[in-house]
Amino acid sequence: MTDMTPERLSTWTIRRRMAAEFWFYFSQNRGAVAGLAVFALLVLTAVFAPLLAPHDPILQYRDALLVPPAWTADGSAEYLLGTDAVGRDILSRLIFGARYSLFIGIVVVSIALFGGILIGLLAGFFGSWIDAVLMRVMDVILAFPSLLLALVLVAVLGPGLTNAMIAIAIVYQPHFARLTRAAVMAEKNREYVVAAQVAGAGRARLMFKTILPNCLAPLIVQATLSFSSAVLDSAALGFLGMGAQPPAPEWGTMLAEAREFILRAWWVVTLPGLAILVSVLAINLMGDGLRDALDPKLKRS
Amino acid sequence: MLRFFLAKLLYLIPTFIGITIVAFGFVRVLPGDPVLLMAGERGITPERHAELSAQLGYDRPFLIQYLDFLGRLFHGDLGTSLVTKKPVLTEFLALFPATVELAVCAILIATLVGVPVGVLAAIKRGSLFDQISMTGALVGFSMPIFWWGLLLIIFFSGTLGWTPVSGRISLLYYFDNVTGFMLIDSLLSGQEGAFRSAASHLILPSIVLATIPLAVIARQTRSAMLEVMGEDYVRTARAKGLTQRRVVSVHALRNAMIPVITTIGLQVGVLMAGAILTETIFSWPGIGKWMIDSISRRDYPVVQSGLLMIAAIVMIVNLIVDLTYGLINPRIRHK
Repeated sequence: MTDMTPERLSTWTIRRRMAAEFWFYFSQNRGAVAGLAVFALLVLTAVFAPLLAPHDPILQYRDALLVPPAWTADGSAEYLLGTDAVGRDILSRLIFGARYSLFIGIVVVSIALFGGILIGLLAGFFGSWIDAVLMRVMDVILAFPSLLLALVLVAVLGPGLTNAMIAIAIVYQPHFARLTRAAVMAEKNREYVVAAQVAGAGRARLMFKTILPNCLAPLIVQATLSFSSAVLDSAALGFLGMGAQPPAPEWGTMLAEAREFILRAWWVVTLPGLAILVSVLAINLMGDGLRDALDPKLKRS
Repeated sequence: MLRFFLAKLLYLIPTFIGITIVAFGFVRVLPGDPVLLMAGERGITPERHAELSAQLGYDRPFLIQYLDFLGRLFHGDLGTSLVTKKPVLTEFLALFPATVELAVCAILIATLVGVPVGVLAAIKRGSLFDQISMTGALVGFSMPIFWWGLLLIIFFSGTLGWTPVSGRISLLYYFDNVTGFMLIDSLLSGQEGAFRSAASHLILPSIVLATIPLAVIARQTRSAMLEVMGEDYVRTARAKGLTQRRVVSVHALRNAMIPVITTIGLQVGVLMAGAILTETIFSWPGIGKWMIDSISRRDYPVVQSGLLMIAAIVMIVNLIVDLTYGLINPRIRHK
């Protein structure tokens, strides 16, 4: 294909030009850039949590229960965002909580992406009964409200972070399977695929090396959306007592523990939720930008 | 149209069978003994274990159990709650109106606010209104609604003291359950203040439940409107000299509504998931809270049948949406 152009570009140059083009369109969207900045900050916070956190996130200061944030009248500079009902420093818990959210997002999206791509490739590439069976199974999973199915799965597997992540990944995976299948069906009769086939490429090579890279754009956008949903849903599971278990400083779990203090200590309720909202919002902003930058239809207009 | 309907219905049968398999099998195919799971941490004596297994039919072959489950299902028997000893269907029907009332109010709020906001944002593309409303929609879409509910309680129930914290109506009022919908029943009862009390209990949960659908509907309406406004027939309408108002309301809006109606229909699944969280926060006695309580009480017959009923409802609503879609857009029907 590159032979068509007068000068032959190295793979490296092509990649760099693609990246430059991508960044050009992505940076047009101010929201997306802001989202990316917040997300980068979140990643840094998670990575350097032990250095940033002023206190141990699960250490209970029994002489400092429900201390309000530092800027209020009764606040203390020792605990910048106050303490919770058993005297744990909220700022430190929020900082360590970033680790949970990012970890959950990465694990859930990786499992769902891997499973979904595999199922979608098989269904789209082989068609006939394999396609019919796999897609009916996906329909069944999609028939249940995702949070409900995840809840029931966790109830059976046993409450906890690992099981919550597995449950959420199972529930999200049909979206990736459907997208991959649709993309594969659209691509598999294109000339470059037939050419590869004539050139003697095997099935596995056709599926993974020839077709898959050309189906990636919608998958990347869906992965970003799933990442934010995973953060939300795992926090919801934590809130319902089915996700990460206390004393883990997971944001949803923190909210669940804070529920009984809502009318007495606003900070224990407001801050973890704000952390969830800001993270999810940042990821969604990035997702919007990615969609604009990767969707060729919008680009041309 | 009839053929279209039958084709859609036929297509749903395998999905429905799949749903029954999932609902039936979720305790059994996964590792672990369902009777032990139900007993929880307290443990159970071997005699009681055998007794319970026999009572629940877990000692029979898997396939027989499943067929038996299906057979009872078609006779309207959804099993009996382990905790209340009442038939699951009776409990479901008693609590379902509360969830429907909440969900209907939420979808009304979401549609009545979301569609006009989306249309206005599209017409005034790039304006301050467009930017603010779309930022708001993105925030709403990213909202952890369980936290949003708590915030509203802090502000409206705590600080302002305007609304009650939980339940469907004040205990001061008592009247017959005619329709199961508190707003209607309180009006029918003719008691002064009853309707006000019911409405003030309903307002915060409906807002919380409406948040995500509202954001989705506003965004979808805006993008559908933008797409339609670029079509040739809109240009033609403009060229004919029609007023902006007429072009928007007759030519553009009607066509833009087609994908929006699908979006509204698809929100039913979102509402059912949202109902779990909303009902938990506001102690709203509906299906969502019932499911959560049953899960934590390990009342598996309830969880199993509740899961099945909810999935069936979502499926039926989606079918209705598909049919409406076929009615408005003949191109789909004749494909």
